[in-house]
Amino acid sequence: MIGKIHPQTLRIVALFVALLATVLFFSTQIDSYLSPRMFTRITTSAAVILPIAVGQAIVVMTRNIDLSIGSTVGVVAYLTGEFLGLHGDLNPVLVAVLAMGIGASMGAINGVLVAYGRVPSIIVTLGTLALYRSFLVQYSDARTITTASLPQWLVDLPQANAFSIFGLDVRVTVVLALCAAIAMGLALTRLRAARRFYAVGSNPDAAMMAGINSARVVLTAFVLSGALAGLSGLIFLAKFGNITVVAGLGFELKAVAAVVVGGVSILGGSGSMIGVVIGCVLVDTIDNSLTRWELVSEFWRDALLGMLIMAAVTVDTFASRSLRRLGAKQGAQ
Amino acid sequence: MMQRLKSWEGILLVLFLMTFAGNVVLAPEFLTLQNQINLFQLSIEKIIMALVMTLIIINAEIDLSVASVMGLSACAFGYMITIGWPAGGAIAVCLCIGLVAGLINALLIARAGIPSLVVTLAMLIGFRGFARVLVKDQSMGNFPVWVTSLGQEALVGPLPLSIILFVVLLVGLGVLLHRTGFGRQIVVIGTNAEVARFSGLNVARVKTVLFLMSGFVAALAGLLYAARLGSVRGDAATGFELDIITMVLLGGVSIFGGKGTMPGVFLSILIILNLRNGMALTNITGHIQTGVIGILLIASVLIPNLMSDLRARRMKAV
Repeated sequence: MIGKIHPQTLRIVALFVALLATVLFFSTQIDSYLSPRMFTRITTSAAVILPIAVGQAIVVMTRNIDLSIGSTVGVVAYLTGEFLGLHGDLNPVLVAVLAMGIGASMGAINGVLVAYGRVPSIIVTLGTLALYRSFLVQYSDARTITTASLPQWLVDLPQANAFSIFGLDVRVTVVLALCAAIAMGLALTRLRAARRFYAVGSNPDAAMMAGINSARVVLTAFVLSGALAGLSGLIFLAKFGNITVVAGLGFELKAVAAVVVGGVSILGGSGSMIGVVIGCVLVDTIDNSLTRWELVSEFWRDALLGMLIMAAVTVDTFASRSLRRLGAKQGAQ
Repeated sequence: MMQRLKSWEGILLVLFLMTFAGNVVLAPEFLTLQNQINLFQLSIEKIIMALVMTLIIINAEIDLSVASVMGLSACAFGYMITIGWPAGGAIAVCLCIGLVAGLINALLIARAGIPSLVVTLAMLIGFRGFARVLVKDQSMGNFPVWVTSLGQEALVGPLPLSIILFVVLLVGLGVLLHRTGFGRQIVVIGTNAEVARFSGLNVARVKTVLFLMSGFVAALAGLLYAARLGSVRGDAATGFELDIITMVLLGGVSIFGGKGTMPGVFLSILIILNLRNGMALTNITGHIQTGVIGILLIASVLIPNLMSDLRARRMKAV
């Protein structure tokens, strides 16, 4: 019976159950947990991470990793904030284009080094993680971007409601982040060009035989990851208003967590955007709930995050191994 | 002679002489023995870890969790001293923590077969998290005098304990890598793990030993860090993996495994120490130094790649 259901569907169901269980558990521990305010708190916090998780997922699908996105978010938030301080009348759409453009060019540096310089992505992005951050520290010269210098529409953006459903407010930033995930999800399932990410990740040799330019696909993945980090940077700028050199510090780890928990195989070639969205919400729910849980100190956040990633990867490894064995057995019959 | 100079070690030797000469010109007092000792002492935890990381990368694995294990060990030490443990017992427990951390990594990588990149990235977050749980947002110090003096003062002649440990590990691991059967196994597995397994090598055992060693030495380095600074915070040793991996890769160790020498890594350690010192002398701040290390990390893999491309093209032209 279980064999009939696609393993990918099974994984989404399991993730969803895990998310429900987490919410139910915390609702017994924290007063007035199941409230519209908590919903807004968690969704707006997840909205900052979701775009970079989507980008990270695409990079991971091609058997690479992007550790530099936390620094990219910081640089984009700062540069965009500074630019808006000088040209506050810029059209909001152009602001988004600017933010994503800065992010995309930083992603392109990573992509060229990985795809054409043949330097492993872990080395490139570990290097640019440090490099981009030190650029920001040097460039900002200890100046802070403040809410006062930003145009009013951007400051109001985080409080702006897109729509309400069952008394729950869905913010514009949440819709923005979800749009990015849905667009990418549709592309990955319907567009031939986007299927190449899977092809390169699941079997690079076969992809080459099929006439796919692997280097270009990998470069595209990093540019997309950078552009989406740019979107995150813009949402971050709107949400916090005050930008210092530590903006986005450690976000890469949260994105990797969301992606891995969301069932994107770290070996490349598989994963879905629904999984990434649920993984992202799950990670942020745990993160936000722990800070309000009186029984356990908030200092447990990182320790639990690490354990969660490890558990997800371990379960994934063993589950896919036994599924393969099951498949082989069925094939033999 | 020309052939020798063209090799990676030859380039490193020239680079080392250049940075060293630069330092001497910038600050003539640089040449005193005490300054040379200080040079090593300031980065001693990183350079000790680089030696073990060399073996791991030659084995075609990576350990991103080392800095977090160092932080965890340092914080556990601070915590135990604060709640009134004797320092000797605390040191023993910290070293055991390192072994357990290494064992967790080893089991997941060597037995469960999960890529070391993922395992140690998760543990980078996890172990750092446990360090934060122990010390929260405090700074923990008040170590016994013998601990701090062991961390800061000369033990034998002008040499402090940490430098003696470094030299012992440098020679010991160098001999292990280049002169023993186990060392050959590390290289062979790094070149092609599949072939090594079919040749009857116990791949899982070699990897287990390496990650246990990494955890243990990282805990030791964390203790040296605590003793040297006299107090610890939750962010102790954060980001050290960047320097450590750069030292190894600049030393000519292939990130794809199977290639690399201990003398090469030693030369690269000397270069980075002298470079950091020179940058500090010319008032270049720590953040730019980190950026330069980042560039160095990428360049140390990119340049050999480009050189081999060039060679391949020249071969084709002939």
